[in-house]
Amino acid sequence: MIEVLELNYDSVVIGAGPAGIAAAIRAQELGLKTVLVENRDLLGGIPLQCVHPGFGLHYFREDLTGTEFIYRFFDKMEKLGVEYLLKSHVHSIELVAHNEKIVNVITPQGVMRLKTKTLIYTAGARERHIFEINVVGDRPAGIYTAGEAQTLMDIYGIIPGKEIVIIGSGDVGLIMARRFALEGAKVKAVIELMHYPGGLMRNIVQCLQDYDIPLYLGHVVTRVVGKKRVEKVIVAKVDEKLKPIKGTEFEIPCDTVVLAAGLIPNLDMLEKIGLIIDPYTRGPIVNEFLETNIPGVFVAGNALVINDLVDYVVEQGELAAEGARYFIENDGIPTIDWKPVVRGRNIRFIVPHYISGKRDVILYARVQQPEKNVIVAIPEIGWKMKQFNVRPAEMIRVKLTKRLLERASSAEKISMEVIPSE
Amino acid sequence: MSERELTCIICPASCTLKVSVEPGGSLKVEGALCPRGVEYAKQEVTDPRRIVMSVVKVVGGDLPTVSVKTNRPVPKKCIQEVMKATASIELKAPVEIGQVIIKDICGADVVATRRVKKVNSM
Amino acid sequence: MATLKVVIVGAGIVGSSIARVLSMYEDFDITLVEKEPDVGWGSSKANTAIIHPGHEEEPDVHPLRARLCREGNTLWRQWARELNIPVKWPGELMVFFNEEEEKSAKKYIELAKLNKIPGVRVVYRDELLQMDPSINPSALGAVYAPTAGTISSFEAVIAVVENAVENGVKLLTEAEVRGVKVIDKKVKGVETTRGFIEADIVINAAGLYSDKISHMAGVDSGFVVRPRRGEYFLFDENVKVKPEKLLHTTPTPITKGVYAITTVHGNLMIGPTAEDLPVDAKDETSTSEKGLEYVWKESERLLKELPPRTKVIRTFAGLRPEPPGGHWRIEAYDDPWGFVNAAGIRSPGFTSAPAIAYYVLNLIKDKYDVSLVKKKHWNPYRSDIVRVKDRSLQEVDELIRKNPDYGEIICYCKTVSKAEVIEAIERMKRAGIKTITIDGIKFRTRAGLGMCQGSFCRWRIALLISQYTGVPLHQVVVKKDLYGVGEVKALLKSVS
Repeated sequence: MIEVLELNYDSVVIGAGPAGIAAAIRAQELGLKTVLVENRDLLGGIPLQCVHPGFGLHYFREDLTGTEFIYRFFDKMEKLGVEYLLKSHVHSIELVAHNEKIVNVITPQGVMRLKTKTLIYTAGARERHIFEINVVGDRPAGIYTAGEAQTLMDIYGIIPGKEIVIIGSGDVGLIMARRFALEGAKVKAVIELMHYPGGLMRNIVQCLQDYDIPLYLGHVVTRVVGKKRVEKVIVAKVDEKLKPIKGTEFEIPCDTVVLAAGLIPNLDMLEKIGLIIDPYTRGPIVNEFLETNIPGVFVAGNALVINDLVDYVVEQGELAAEGARYFIENDGIPTIDWKPVVRGRNIRFIVPHYISGKRDVILYARVQQPEKNVIVAIPEIGWKMKQFNVRPAEMIRVKLTKRLLERASSAEKISMEVIPSE
Repeated sequence: MSERELTCIICPASCTLKVSVEPGGSLKVEGALCPRGVEYAKQEVTDPRRIVMSVVKVVGGDLPTVSVKTNRPVPKKCIQEVMKATASIELKAPVEIGQVIIKDICGADVVATRRVKKVNSM
Repeated sequence: MATLKVVIVGAGIVGSSIARVLSMYEDFDITLVEKEPDVGWGSSKANTAIIHPGHEEEPDVHPLRARLCREGNTLWRQWARELNIPVKWPGELMVFFNEEEEKSAKKYIELAKLNKIPGVRVVYRDELLQMDPSINPSALGAVYAPTAGTISSFEAVIAVVENAVENGVKLLTEAEVRGVKVIDKKVKGVETTRGFIEADIVINAAGLYSDKISHMAGVDSGFVVRPRRGEYFLFDENVKVKPEKLLHTTPTPITKGVYAITTVHGNLMIGPTAEDLPVDAKDETSTSEKGLEYVWKESERLLKELPPRTKVIRTFAGLRPEPPGGHWRIEAYDDPWGFVNAAGIRSPGFTSAPAIAYYVLNLIKDKYDVSLVKKKHWNPYRSDIVRVKDRSLQEVDELIRKNPDYGEIICYCKTVSKAEVIEAIERMKRAGIKTITIDGIKFRTRAGLGMCQGSFCRWRIALLISQYTGVPLHQVVVKKDLYGVGEVKALLKSVS
């Protein structure tokens, strides 16, 4: 009877994208016995297939491509001797005690049971597929999610199609529009549900306007038509309730549909062991250590909240590692009078959901609606930030120092709101 | 050119800028909240430039492509030329980050932005 | 003994079952031809996957359906065991919500008695809700039929075909029949897109297209098969409310009612609609807003709670072949001699398939005077692909020590290993499938059937297909068309 291999760690990091790599590096630097577990046969996650710049503007103060950005971290990992496993799939997680978890991993060398005090979960997000966005019709070849199309083009060197319609004007969709246009495909349209674009203005200009790609705001693809391969899509205008308006349908002939219709945190593995989710982020409810409702389980990156900047993803990874270290030092995050972080006017979500008020904390938030000339405020500490424009596509990141938070020492909660500036 | 309107992309303010030609021939930029916007508008109107990014085929490596970019922005009208140049290249692994793939095209070099290791075929 | 050359047109559940049964005998040299790239891609893979008890058939109107449905229900128990097909037998509840529906539902008890279907009885609300707490508490009661089952329909066809091929049947995919050659009132063979195939006996099991095949042989020119579309929702495995039994609303004259079941794979599935389409709409498998809306509303009536829309992982539609009056055309003809119809096999076609196969065997024996010599070494068994997902970690560890490819997981959502994908490729090759498609792998391994619907794993599977068949990545076939149009620079290169 073969014994399944059992190993002991302070921290197991699940998922070697930028969040996981940053977490593993920081955990290692902090002296935690760490292992980074990755399902694929390479490290790097999504940045490895992001050939465009815009990465590292905050973290390295340089404008790097996703690929250049992640390679800096590979080099650091090697220097520190961070332990990692490739082709290793987390099958299940067992909660034994608050400070003991078992991660069952399937690898080509056999099944491993990793016993660990803390878990840092950085498995990223999955893409919404066509059945989740109320598109009916045929199910032919020629339908791809944006990430899949990007993997095919920019890792494996094949071009999915010639005449493209892209669903979603978030940065992911805009970036792919440009990639297709550059490689000689005809991008017929980008279809956006909302009445405002989903991505950064910079990308609207450099990905759509530069290539004369039409952007249809306030429109949806209602149907895909095609027997063997996509032949056309049916597009309709939507009303203020975002419902298709009968009689406004028109056709766009194409052979490829690319879905950039949103990302959803990959949390099945943790939901199975009782993770509680915030319906506004579709990610876990966490405290300022990025610890979830499950003691000793920390989440960072797109598995925590869908980020726009990889710089924040990396920052969250590092915060999670620091949280894990604090947990191990104190045999658990100490009992604290947590203050809930509450959403105020025009705030869609704020992460983390609980803070101590006794430490520096970074808040990540998004607005619900675009607004011009506003003040983002945290009234309990009298903090204000003037903004010309707030848009759902641009995450708000606020660092609050311990000193600032002292002003709220008697408050039972802190809140963030967006108010029109006078 | 009579008057051109464009959206500034320098900061989230996204000012709507109006660019027009003065009687003396110089450019007038209205609507900018800061000098960077004025600079951007002038550049965009006279000599718009872009970084071009793509992939290039690699043989004998652990991945079949390497990602590349121009190491400085090239004139917008040159984008096609750069892309055409990437189409006919077949590199041999290994490839290092920063390695020059195409020298001197439209005033920039095309450099590799990913590493490709050589794979020994059995 | 001269063997009879048999061509079976259509590798759906009926054609494959006939192939399996005929393969038990020395008398036949069988070729199974299928126009799609893989088996079971017509009505067989897109249906409610129910094995009906038989109490919904009127024996005086449809005596053959009634008899073969009951026989098929019994035979499937044996076939599923022999062929290692995932199946479960929870029983079904035909739920009624008002007195009118109650009256209609109770009629089926009478039919159960006539058809000798065991255990069918009325269950009222208190007992009903204890039997299955997922039912809407506004239900008055239900007609319970304990012998109902649900099977993995696409895996069933695959399993039957694999076994048939192992027992000597030759499979030809991407072979569409264009003509039936008849000379002097005798069948000589079929013209297909892959050439002419000689045959003494041609068995028409072409489902939606069985009218066309019949006409090609000059038989029954008035016979017309109409497509009846059914639309479905499939949900993620992790939802709060999942039926324990196979639930459905009380049938109307044209449909068996909307079902809510937990499939053998653990997913909640609701549907179908029953929409008659024009005769020539035989490949209209598109879903529609109206159809899906109808299924959703009916299911809200049936279930205590429907999961949120965000838990839908797939919507799809299937077409059922509807013959005139609902009458199956199963007949062996004198003129042309050798032509056999197993045509217009509408519901309960899947359930009846094994029984239809034996029925056809006997028609052939009687009509064409075949002696029927049983093969000495006919193998009834076929084992399924060994799956990591179904095994304990200890078992998985042992599998990996023997073959490390079991330790490399390709599809995260359904925990499908590289070894399983490679085995599926090999099985497809062994069965004689011409093109290894991504969907073919999907139906054999379940990779791509989960939450992400392939966005994570499709390119991995394509890479494996490319590696193991030598086809360039962009030329890997998804279903009926290619994964890509060329290498990434193909479009730039083509502009002169």
